[in-house]
Amino acid sequence: MRKMLSLTALIGGLVAASTAQADITVGFVTSLSGPGSSIGIPYGRGIQAAMEYKSEVNGEKIRLIQLDDGSDPSAATRNARKLIEEEKVDLLIGTATTPSTIAMMGVATELKVPMIAVSPLSGQPNPSDQWAISVPQPAALLVKIVADRMKRDAMKNIGYIGFSDAWGDLVYNGAKAAETDDGIKILTNERYARVDTSVTGQILKVLAVRPDAVLIGGSGTQGALPLLALVERGYKGKTYGTVALVNPDFVRVGGKAAEGIQVSAGPVIVAEQLPDSHFAKKLALEFRAAFQKANNVPTTDGFSAYSFDGWRIFTSAAERALKTAKPGTVEFRKAMRDEILSTKELSGVHAVYNFKPGAYYGVDERALVIVRLVNGAWTYEP
Amino acid sequence: MTADIAAILAIDGIATGAVYALVAIGTVLIFTVTRVIFIPFGDIAAFTALTLAALDAKQLPGTVGLVVVLACMACAMEVVSLARAGEFRAVPKALLGYLVLPLIVVGIVWLTMRFNPPMPVRIVLALLLIMPIAPLLDRIVFRPIADASVLLLLTVSVALHFALVGLGLLFFGPEGVRTEPLTSMAMEIAGVHVSGQTVLILTAALVFSGLLFLFFDFTLIGKALRATALNRTGARLMGIRPARAGTIAYLLGSLMAGVSGILIAPVNTIFYDSGFLLGLKAFVGAIIGGLASYPGAALGAFGVGIIESFASFQSSTLKDVIVFSLLIPILLWRSLASQHSEEEVEE
Repeated sequence: MRKMLSLTALIGGLVAASTAQADITVGFVTSLSGPGSSIGIPYGRGIQAAMEYKSEVNGEKIRLIQLDDGSDPSAATRNARKLIEEEKVDLLIGTATTPSTIAMMGVATELKVPMIAVSPLSGQPNPSDQWAISVPQPAALLVKIVADRMKRDAMKNIGYIGFSDAWGDLVYNGAKAAETDDGIKILTNERYARVDTSVTGQILKVLAVRPDAVLIGGSGTQGALPLLALVERGYKGKTYGTVALVNPDFVRVGGKAAEGIQVSAGPVIVAEQLPDSHFAKKLALEFRAAFQKANNVPTTDGFSAYSFDGWRIFTSAAERALKTAKPGTVEFRKAMRDEILSTKELSGVHAVYNFKPGAYYGVDERALVIVRLVNGAWTYEP
Repeated sequence: MTADIAAILAIDGIATGAVYALVAIGTVLIFTVTRVIFIPFGDIAAFTALTLAALDAKQLPGTVGLVVVLACMACAMEVVSLARAGEFRAVPKALLGYLVLPLIVVGIVWLTMRFNPPMPVRIVLALLLIMPIAPLLDRIVFRPIADASVLLLLTVSVALHFALVGLGLLFFGPEGVRTEPLTSMAMEIAGVHVSGQTVLILTAALVFSGLLFLFFDFTLIGKALRATALNRTGARLMGIRPARAGTIAYLLGSLMAGVSGILIAPVNTIFYDSGFLLGLKAFVGAIIGGLASYPGAALGAFGVGIIESFASFQSSTLKDVIVFSLLIPILLWRSLASQHSEEEVEE
């Protein structure tokens, strides 16, 4: 992968040297090592697939520079600075963990470089000084769709167990926001750490409230831990989660215990099962082909698709920005930012994007479907 | 908190504690023989779990690469130091011990892999593969500074842990693993559901502690180790080699950590970096035993496990805070109640 990148950079450099045109330079940061690497590596592969899919805009070559932040916010900050000050990038894309992404955004805002975040951002940006947007579905929306499904399934008392970190907070707060007098009620707020060896105590507490359903606010492989403990304690009820659980290792580790869990996820997860009329169907299949070609492995996760959608947003904005400014200039960065923030009805593999100043997110409920784990495979549940 | 819940939590805590106990005993063993507080024990346990998972998946585990790299480094260092001392006759022996033996282990694993061995054989293979790591690290890192102060050795040990975590990512990748349960039995004890895995963990902890006790009291090697622990110089005068005693201690300690890794692999997802907290909590247990007594360390580790289990029920967000806060009163009590040894005075 490094070799490919340096090659890309080298070829890009040669092309730049031979023509008078300036390339569009994109700085991409992801976590190839550290605790975030299990999703950071897919993000990196997604960018490779996106490069495979579209490597030039209006005849301008795109030069991609990739750096590893080791899942560490301070390294992400250094990387962002290095990319902007030394490599003179026109745009930043990154990174795998929310704390690092927020750290990068600080640098992007300070140095006035547009940034496409591939991790969730929370809060309200200042519309006049907003340089970043975020691709993934916000946690609140992810949880809202799940909560709607719980209501539809006539669930009332919900037990919650999640990570003892920001992600656990996001899912819990989203679920709390969906509480209604006649609908669901979140009765527990149990937490565990990613490296914990046992969640017996927390699960006992969850089961003590006799829940109709349990909501899991974990991610990846360790999201399976509460499910295994629930089965061990003889729990027979329904379980719900979010897209953060969707990766092959979750299915492998969860095994029978994870069977039947319903999660809200981007449509790309179940691309081949979507009806032909669905906006994501054709594009998702193209993305999968590009992914296979770029990485020689089939795509199995939803994270690489965020990188791909980020790339779509960037290339469509670049097409319009190139009409007014040249890459490598301050004007181009400003134009890129304005164009990204005026994205209209752009369909990706996860969502249809509409950005405007004053909000990080540009997705709506079309961005999510409910999928259920049946015999170890995710199936579309309209 | 009803009696039922308390019983379940207690059993869960004892099972967790048993895993910590194995690592804690290994920590104490190494400390008494070599004065090194071997923080990377947790990593050794995690690597064993990852090795077993790789063997289960019929892949060549990353440990092979790790062992080969370490063996080459240790061998090179040994040969250079022998050559400097002019002891050329000892070179073949060093080659045999530091290079050929680990490579033989790797070879055995590589050959056995082709026959799809059953579970018990895979466990033995994983333990065999993990055993050389700590002695080789000892040769590379600790042997050159064997006479340094405890504090320096601890600092190096922490640095070594971070190096190992990096190597773990390199050799095992970022994803967590979980192995097949060793037993699917379950039983009811006084109305509480106890899984066979818990019983197995507890049994292993007791058996290994017992074996260690027998080893130290009834075998010559064990007595030599104890002699080294009490007084390095004195043991040397009696013809015991402290370096060899250290190697044996590391081998035994790795076995303990390896067994705990094997036991923990089916009940929890293990990542390349899961070892740190495991080692740290075992260390808290060992401190309760004053880093000197095996039963004390085992009891301390069980205590940590039980407190952790109840803390996770009472306030799951503050669980680790509660466990590590234990250290402060314990250290205070230890420092007020114990006699200072000469070495500490010197430092």
